[in-house]
Amino acid sequence: MTLHWWHIVISYALTAAVFGGLAAGAALRHRAARRMLARLDPRGDRS
Amino acid sequence: MDGPITLGPGAAPRPAGGRNLHRFANPGRFLRATGRLMPLLWIAAILVLGAGLAWALVFSPPDWQQGETVRIMYVHVPMAWLAMGGYTSLAILSVMSLIWRHPLADLTARELSPVGAAATALCLATGSLWGKPMWGTWWVWDARLTSVLVLFFLWLGHAALVRAFDDPERGARAGAILALVGFVNVPIVKFSVDWWNTLHQPASVTRLDAPGMHVAILYPLLVCSIGFTLLFAAVVLARTRAAVMERRVRALQLARARREDAA
Repeated sequence: MTLHWWHIVISYALTAAVFGGLAAGAALRHRAARRMLARLDPRGDRS
Repeated sequence: MDGPITLGPGAAPRPAGGRNLHRFANPGRFLRATGRLMPLLWIAAILVLGAGLAWALVFSPPDWQQGETVRIMYVHVPMAWLAMGGYTSLAILSVMSLIWRHPLADLTARELSPVGAAATALCLATGSLWGKPMWGTWWVWDARLTSVLVLFFLWLGHAALVRAFDDPERGARAGAILALVGFVNVPIVKFSVDWWNTLHQPASVTRLDAPGMHVAILYPLLVCSIGFTLLFAAVVLARTRAAVMERRVRALQLARARREDAA
């Protein structure tokens, strides 16, 4: 693989890692908040 | 989950123009509406981005000057547009926050700034990875690169400032003022390549006469830009939904603690 392709692969991998991390972080926060709401407010609306 | 997201005790009356906007200050209504939208947004983002990236990496030709390295542009350019477009959204949310005191605008701005900072960091990193083989250097202090670096610090400053206060409403006000003051940097980023002599090339897609690139590169670039915009919106909305639920959790915990204290 040429140096140019290494730069391309690093660019795409960085982007995938950052957006993957952001999406996973949001999903984990959402799941944790949903669980807490289910415990604190069992009859609440958590659409 | 009824009732608007809690405003501080000193909240002033809101101008009538923001009345319709306040329909979505009801967290239950917001979560229901966005709950239906989220799966569609994720699916659209994955499909468009998948098609765009396949086109960019496999089917688009190498550039006659840049060779294969042009493929970095399919990430770098959308990140640059998201950095500037996202900051424009932050400024609009800040206006909504300061004029209409919309609590959801505060929360969305708070959740937007880390994502905007990430997009701007990716713009700088991919630009650097493109610059080394093309310009022979990772970085130059030219007007475009420096103004984007300033934009990155503005994003980071906003993310830090809104979290620096015990009272979230005061943090939101301070963040909104910083976002509006910092908005002056967005036209500087956009027009820096016209106003100063820069190593960074001038605008090639958004030129008024005609795009300065072949359609074999322009079309996958536009598809990638749409895909990344959908992904950006999905991430920001998912974070805002989580923040609304976390705020509800804090309110319930506070109410429970008060009840226990009173008992």
